[in-house]
Amino acid sequence: MKKLSLLVAASLIALSAAAYAESDEPLPPRKMSWAFDGVLGTVDKPAAQRGFQIYKEVCSACHSLNRIAFRNLTDLGFSEAEVKALAATYDIQDGPNDDGAMYTRPGKPSDYFPAPYPNENAARSVNHGAAPPDLSLIIKARNGGGNYVYSLLTGFATPPSDVHLADNQYYNPYIAGHRLAMPPPLTDSRVTYTDGTNATLDQEARDVVNFLQWAAEPEMEARKEMGIKALIFLAIFTVFMYIAKRNIWRKLH
Amino acid sequence: MANKPIEQQPGIKGWIEYRLPIFSFLNNSLGSGYPTPRNLNYWWNFGSIAGICLVMQILTGLFLAMHYTANSGLAFDSVEGIMRNVNYGWLMRYAHAVGASMFFVVVYIHIFRGLYYGSYKAPRELLWWFGIVILLLMMATAFMGYVLPWGQMSFWGATVITNLFSAIPGVGESIVHWLWGGFSVDNPTLNRFYALHFLLPFVIVGVVILHIWALHQHGSNNPLGIDVKTPQDVIPFHPYYTVKDAFGFGVFFLIFGWFVFFAPNSLGDPDNYIPANPMVTPAHIVPEWYFLPFYAILRSMPDIGIPFTSIVFVNSKLAGVIGMFGSIIIFFFLPWIDRSKVRAATFRPVYRVMFWLFLIDCVILGYIGSQPPEGTLITIGRFALTYYFAHFIVLWFISKNEKTLPLPESINKSVLECCAHDHHH
Repeated sequence: MKKLSLLVAASLIALSAAAYAESDEPLPPRKMSWAFDGVLGTVDKPAAQRGFQIYKEVCSACHSLNRIAFRNLTDLGFSEAEVKALAATYDIQDGPNDDGAMYTRPGKPSDYFPAPYPNENAARSVNHGAAPPDLSLIIKARNGGGNYVYSLLTGFATPPSDVHLADNQYYNPYIAGHRLAMPPPLTDSRVTYTDGTNATLDQEARDVVNFLQWAAEPEMEARKEMGIKALIFLAIFTVFMYIAKRNIWRKLH
Repeated sequence: MANKPIEQQPGIKGWIEYRLPIFSFLNNSLGSGYPTPRNLNYWWNFGSIAGICLVMQILTGLFLAMHYTANSGLAFDSVEGIMRNVNYGWLMRYAHAVGASMFFVVVYIHIFRGLYYGSYKAPRELLWWFGIVILLLMMATAFMGYVLPWGQMSFWGATVITNLFSAIPGVGESIVHWLWGGFSVDNPTLNRFYALHFLLPFVIVGVVILHIWALHQHGSNNPLGIDVKTPQDVIPFHPYYTVKDAFGFGVFFLIFGWFVFFAPNSLGDPDNYIPANPMVTPAHIVPEWYFLPFYAILRSMPDIGIPFTSIVFVNSKLAGVIGMFGSIIIFFFLPWIDRSKVRAATFRPVYRVMFWLFLIDCVILGYIGSQPPEGTLITIGRFALTYYFAHFIVLWFISKNEKTLPLPESINKSVLECCAHDHHH
């Protein structure tokens, strides 16, 4: 039974994929369930740490993460010493010094992640005309958020016969136009996880989404925690006001 | 004004009151000195909720202004700085952004309540006018506020909307350049929008004061739409409506809070988290949801000329602009378009149906505004647009000799009749 339903689901996906292949409309992202979903959703720290490892070893070759400082990583459960050690592995340009010269020095926790390219034109020229976007806000800047990023990362496929790709283009039904300048960045065992997790494509994509979700909304846990308190307070306030209203108006009738 | 000598009452309160009658003013505005119809239903809560929305927007906006930088190179980063590095900056920004949407929901309900119960009719025409002016000011303020984060939708929304003025024959182009302060939406545009976005809310406060002043002249309309006749028809505002409003605030803030804390971006467009880029046009430029019906009217207008010929009097762009502004301006005339003496739709069977059809039409226009203008959607849009204006024409004709149901004798009697079963024991 389970096999049958899987088969049906798979053929439905294949059918809808075929239907979408005819237009340039992006395929709707796959609906995944995430630790950060919902009112009680939180950051899955181990997953986000693994996602950070992928950002560091894979994504950061082309994508900047301009809005995240090394110090922010303590949110993910890294110790201050670890963050300090990590920051020191980066060369950060600083200056001008007293002689007016720019210089590089080891990174400090207060530094921001250095971008892979000095400017957008440089990024464009190295990447066949398509500048890789900054990833700090990517989850909030795309319809479908984490589901979209997951679908895109796992959605590379051989193009249908009627789709012709130019050089340095890759077929991916989840993006508008179905053509992407980014080569498939993740594959099975693309990284060797420091925590020993088996690095399947699915695992890697999930971990990257967990990391990028945190990068886009570092305030999320504080926000939801405050939200629960605020709504409990408001619910009590509202009930009291309703009782007060009933009592005061009762005298009228 | 009677020239009765005023006597100073004892105590500090008396001392102040003798010099500035602030306490009696408050009491007569929001206290027990303000008689209010006793039969107001919960639709009457939205006026005070709109008031608290305005206060919330001004307060959160003030704190945002302390950290925001109105410069095309820095604006987006400064907003993200507020989100990430300012203490509770995310709370201020989300409350402000969600608050704008909430303000519009509340004001639209407030307006439709007025439409249903005939609150625009004599002697409340000026009260109604001030309300329309507030709506127009809100729209201008919200539009300019949306430009400030300088994301993709900010930039392209500003480009599309300011370009509307180029439809004005002859001087349109010059007006657009004057609005921009240059030859495209750029840093000068952002700076002036910021200045105006800060100023206009206080203008709104001024018009709100006029709105409330006009309200207090004849008091609230009520669900029966009949005049207050005897003291039995009214109850003091405080405590009856203060406590009812407080309950309304509670319900409102529960909904508001749910969005702020758990779905803060659900009402916005993801494209606005991409920094403005004049070289890349988004696939679909869509305004915020509260402008969608007007956006649909703007886009649905065809060329207006002699059918089956190539003679065009007004091209579709100018017609769209006229239609969009006209769709709001027409409300100024509503008190005279609607010629029925009976206010509440409850007693106007024909108008009641028209009201609901008009509301549905606005929702359809909103949907059309959210979609790319293609295929049958264009036809539906034109139909909905025609219906929007036809509503007012039909109303003018039918309201003259409209058959209405018998009105209750008085507010008091109607309330007592409805609740008579409470009095048996």
